Amino acid sequence: MASHVTSRLVLFVIFFVLVGLTALTVWVAYQDLGSWNAPVAVAIATLKAMLVIVIFMEMRFGQPLTWFAGASGVLFLLLLIGMTMADAMSRGWLGVPGK
Amino acid sequence: MDRAEKAVDYLNADYGVRSWLLTRDHKRIAILYLLSITVMFMLGSVFAVLIRLELLTPAGDVVQADTYNKLFTMHGIVMIFFFLVPSIPAVLGNFLLPLMIGARDLAFPRLNLLSWYVYMVGAAFTLWAVITGGVDTGWTFYTPYSTTASHTNVLATAVGIFITGFSSILTGVNFIVTIHTMRAPGMTWFRLPLFVWAHYATSLIMILGTPVIAITILMLGLERAFGIGIFDPALGGDPILFQHLFWFYSHPAVYIMILPSMGVVSEIITCFARRRIFGYSFIAASSLAIAVFGFLVWGHHMFTSTQSVYAAMVFSVLSFAVAVPSAVKVFNWTATLYRGSITFEAPMLFALGFIGLFTIGGLTGLFLAALGLDVHVHDTYFVVAHFHYIMVGGALMGYLGAIHFWWPKMTGRMYPEAPARISAALVFVGFNLTFFPQFILGYLGMPRRYHAYPEEFQVLNVMSTTGASILGVGYLVPLCYLIWSLWRGRVAEANPWGAAGLEWRTNSPPPTENFAATPIVEEEAYAYPLKEPEVV
Amino acid sequence: MSSRTSTVAHQFDDAEQQRNASTLGIWVFLVTEIMMFGGLFTAYVLYRSSYPEAFAAASHHLNATLGAANTIVLLSSSLSMALAVRASQVGSRWGTVAGLVVTIVLGCIFLGVKGYEYASKFEENLVPGPFFDLPGAEPQSELFFSLYFAMTGLHAVHMVIGVGVLATLVVMALRRRFDADYHNPVEIGGLYWHFVDIVWIYLFPLLYLLGRH
Repeated sequence: MASHVTSRLVLFVIFFVLVGLTALTVWVAYQDLGSWNAPVAVAIATLKAMLVIVIFMEMRFGQPLTWFAGASGVLFLLLLIGMTMADAMSRGWLGVPGK
Repeated sequence: MDRAEKAVDYLNADYGVRSWLLTRDHKRIAILYLLSITVMFMLGSVFAVLIRLELLTPAGDVVQADTYNKLFTMHGIVMIFFFLVPSIPAVLGNFLLPLMIGARDLAFPRLNLLSWYVYMVGAAFTLWAVITGGVDTGWTFYTPYSTTASHTNVLATAVGIFITGFSSILTGVNFIVTIHTMRAPGMTWFRLPLFVWAHYATSLIMILGTPVIAITILMLGLERAFGIGIFDPALGGDPILFQHLFWFYSHPAVYIMILPSMGVVSEIITCFARRRIFGYSFIAASSLAIAVFGFLVWGHHMFTSTQSVYAAMVFSVLSFAVAVPSAVKVFNWTATLYRGSITFEAPMLFALGFIGLFTIGGLTGLFLAALGLDVHVHDTYFVVAHFHYIMVGGALMGYLGAIHFWWPKMTGRMYPEAPARISAALVFVGFNLTFFPQFILGYLGMPRRYHAYPEEFQVLNVMSTTGASILGVGYLVPLCYLIWSLWRGRVAEANPWGAAGLEWRTNSPPPTENFAATPIVEEEAYAYPLKEPEVV
Repeated sequence: MSSRTSTVAHQFDDAEQQRNASTLGIWVFLVTEIMMFGGLFTAYVLYRSSYPEAFAAASHHLNATLGAANTIVLLSSSLSMALAVRASQVGSRWGTVAGLVVTIVLGCIFLGVKGYEYASKFEENLVPGPFFDLPGAEPQSELFFSLYFAMTGLHAVHMVIGVGVLATLVVMALRRRFDADYHNPVEIGGLYWHFVDIVWIYLFPLLYLLGRH
């Protein structure tokens, strides 16, 4: 029953980093990065999510199985999005209407 | 024998309706599920009977076209969401998983009971939809028909399916956690019965796929009820997106139905061939492979939609790939039978029937995965025959085999052997007579979902309806003698089959806590021929 | 030891097995949640890539300031939740209760702001359906608002459930159900709450910010 305890300092520091990243994502949204706005926004969000997962959700103490469970969810989500988009983006390549 | 009769078991541990409706015992919840899905199965069968009656003659004379549309829709919805998906996992998985791994219960007993209540609420919504006029969209709910054109009870049915999905999710979560954390000492992963591996793979699909169908049905409901048009082409929405999301669950859902049956067959074949399973680790791994590959092939349901040809080609190749782990299983079962001391008790007959029918169903699946051929037979009776070979010839045969095999464990009584063998034969013959002609009908071009057809198709349709009658008898017979056996059946000892597996090392029926003491596992699964089995 | 056996359910051998089971259980459940939101995210990715201009134009009608403020509110609630879990780990009952209550209050503030945003969308006729009216916009902008309401709505439902869960935890904590040895429910409630926070971390830039420049 080794219960890991995170210090208050770490929790507060992470919180302020998260707030800072929120400010960053707002600022960067008003910059014109061409087609890079969306990837940057998602990247910052993922960084924030990882901080929450690793520190707040204590995944740094987590067992490999827990990591595996979480990762499989993300993997299958990417599969759903990826294969749906593969269809959507390759429509029309053939030059036959409706294909 | 005396001891088994006097012993306190899960059935006589407590009496009264409350003790059942508030139970947290996985075995009692399994019985609750058994009763509920049997009722739903009978309801779905009534729709099937009416469909077959209508198709007896070419003219649309028994029912109107609209009624016919509702019949096949309700048949599909009831059979898939309320019978096949919960069938083996919720009844036998629930009953056997803790027994097989040597645990006292599932990890979350209250969640388990909740899942049954959730199922019942979902079923109630669906029944209400049936009573108040039914629904006619087909079980696939394709938009925009289901969102705008249909004037039937789409919403109530959608709510029913949405709710029932959570029952599946809760069961899946419970099984995965139980298998990971509740195994008895010595029960390592590669000593698990293959039934448990199959349910692990099934649970993976349940937790990864079911939430997607839930949210998809929810979006459909929002669009229909409030005009929040996510799939509405008038706003630029894409009905094909609905099909993607729908089949992302509904194709793997086929494996939710078939994988548990495969697990059952592995148990039965080894027991009645008295042999260790051939290629244990390959069968175990192929279950996981089917679960994962199953998520990569959904586009083969959409070959004739506006899905891009390039995506279709990828889906086609991946669909061929999923045949590999399925074939691994069939070959391994066959190899297990080779030089076994085979006896033909009723469960074995069902299991052998499964192997044959599943093979036909699986191989015709390859026809449908081929792009060119699929364009020809898409939405014909060829497809209908194919998936009935998998779902009825496969999943349902497995379910019946499992019910017979574990009936003594569940009830403490033996079923009568002679009528059981007759019923297995009736089901096999009736099934083939019903659905094999449909392959030919489909290949000749008879489309599915029509209540009338040209006269040249009548002979084959009459054969099909005749077969369905035999099949119906084949299902009614077990219903009668299984109920009869509850009172008149021979009292079963702990291990009537001389089978391996922890579930046979406790009383029939087991006590509430399953085992007198937590069993310790010292050998791998299917250690046939058995040393003298002892009761713990 | 004796105080611990009472909190171990009969199907478990010991507290550690129970703890492992509940931790794995909540993570597997969160995977189902990922997939459930995933269906909506798939629709979002498809439609944003198909109609980038219409979506960019429509997202200008969302209030980015309120969205950012709400993000901060939710991040603060995650902090207070983490503090509540920490307090429960060290066996501080009042620390646990205080952290949970602050989290509930912040969650309610978030829902209040969300409600205000919804109300203003009703006034501006931006709710999809027969009364949707966005002069001069392409029809696909209604798709954006359909997704906006579906995604934030589902998220809000999760928030409401979360508040209910936390309120239950407060009652349990006040009844001295937790100590330094047994506090699984607080940790599990925390994991759920953080997950809902993560969903919002993605929703905020995707719905409010993309296409601002």
